[in-house]
Amino acid sequence: MPLRLIRYALSSKHHEPRMFTTHDRMKSSYDVVIIGAGGHGLAAAYYLARDHGITNVAVLERGYIGGGNTGRNTTIIRSNYLTPEGVKFYDASVNLWKDLSAEFDLNLFYSTRGHYTLAHTDSAVRTMRWRAEVNKHYGVDSELVGPDHVKKACPQIDLSCAGHAPILGALYHAPGAIARHDAVAWGYGKGADMRGVEIHQQTEVQGLDIQGGKIVGVNTSRGYISTGKVLSAVAGFTPRVTAMAGFRTPIFVHPLQAMVSEPIKPWLDPILVSGSLHIYISQTARGELVMGASLDPYELHSTRSTLDFTESLSAHMLEMFPFLSHVKVVRQWSGMADMTPDFAPIMGKTPVEGLYLDAGWGTWGFKATPISGKTMAHTVAKDEPHPLITGFSLQRFADFALTGEKGAASVGH
Amino acid sequence: MSEFVYHGEVRNEPDSETCSDSEWTDYVFNRSGIPAVKKEWWCHTPSNIWFIAERDTAKDHVLRTYLYGEGS
Repeated sequence: MPLRLIRYALSSKHHEPRMFTTHDRMKSSYDVVIIGAGGHGLAAAYYLARDHGITNVAVLERGYIGGGNTGRNTTIIRSNYLTPEGVKFYDASVNLWKDLSAEFDLNLFYSTRGHYTLAHTDSAVRTMRWRAEVNKHYGVDSELVGPDHVKKACPQIDLSCAGHAPILGALYHAPGAIARHDAVAWGYGKGADMRGVEIHQQTEVQGLDIQGGKIVGVNTSRGYISTGKVLSAVAGFTPRVTAMAGFRTPIFVHPLQAMVSEPIKPWLDPILVSGSLHIYISQTARGELVMGASLDPYELHSTRSTLDFTESLSAHMLEMFPFLSHVKVVRQWSGMADMTPDFAPIMGKTPVEGLYLDAGWGTWGFKATPISGKTMAHTVAKDEPHPLITGFSLQRFADFALTGEKGAASVGH
Repeated sequence: MSEFVYHGEVRNEPDSETCSDSEWTDYVFNRSGIPAVKKEWWCHTPSNIWFIAERDTAKDHVLRTYLYGEGS
């Protein structure tokens, strides 16, 4: 290497800036403590600092940044939901997504592909039509299309699905996209860090200090912190946090598994989802097929993988794409999905004053990362729920006012 | 595994005539979401036998199984 290049490598004037500041110790008190340094927690920290000027914030993470469900999803971004609350919320999220790479100065590989939800039965076609009409009413690009539309976008597909689940139509959502999931957490984390937020990894919250129904501090594996506001953004660990806080929620945890193939030549542009065959699939920029199916069928607090999953997903994949028979699966993994009875999240205030929940993200959390951060930052800063999330309050269950989103869950559960 | 179907934790239904609204909503919606040894309803589908399993939901270990009314 020429000497003049080594000069730059050794010079402290031209050092490569670190993505995050490492803090040796925690302060004894913060204005806001966020539990969980995944995409949601870091996005909330980012918007608290950027939009509300609240920078005395600690984000506590028991593992590492983006190591939970942020790094375990199948990276699909869309807004073609079923309820007005859901459509408005996820559409606001898609609009934020589009600008994030420029905002962070970090390439998120945000790639608009078009998203097909395949219908194999008459009742599925009816649901698609219903969703398309709700979507269009709220200005979301969404339409019911025939099998020819699918075949044109993806000539390799067997429209009959091996003869026993013929595709009758699809809900087509042109803005459907994928993105590099780790980079989202890094981008939000870097932006929050630059504005003074402290991110403490390897720091586990072990208890909440609640006095007179009000949060006053948290106990961590590295000592006590006093704070008046705590935001929990911990996905599958939410029941453990609410148990510390002493109240119950409808959240139950099932594993959700996914897998990727070896990299192959680009052939699949759109994102395809089939509820009947329990498949979702997209191809990444580096050529891997990212594939998911439905939730594991029973409660489990673990990220183990199973052969059952790989076998059944591969079998369904081959019904749709017989030519993939020689392609190898190279990796599989699992995340802990915090499910709710109505397939909508639980966001906002809780029975404990100063404790806020960003939870119930089940199998639909990744796409909501920007808007959940933005609305939760608002909720924490103003101590009142952002107008976009009033339909997602914990209180809706006690009021029997559920936000039924099951029809729009990407795969039948 | 595919022969067995999970039907959720065993829960005691409060008397809907006498319980309060909050007790009823707690029964209908709320769940014990934390990992623990739980009593669960399972069904062996080929024989259609319903039974209770005590299972550690963190480790996925089944500790005991018995028919309804036979366990403690």
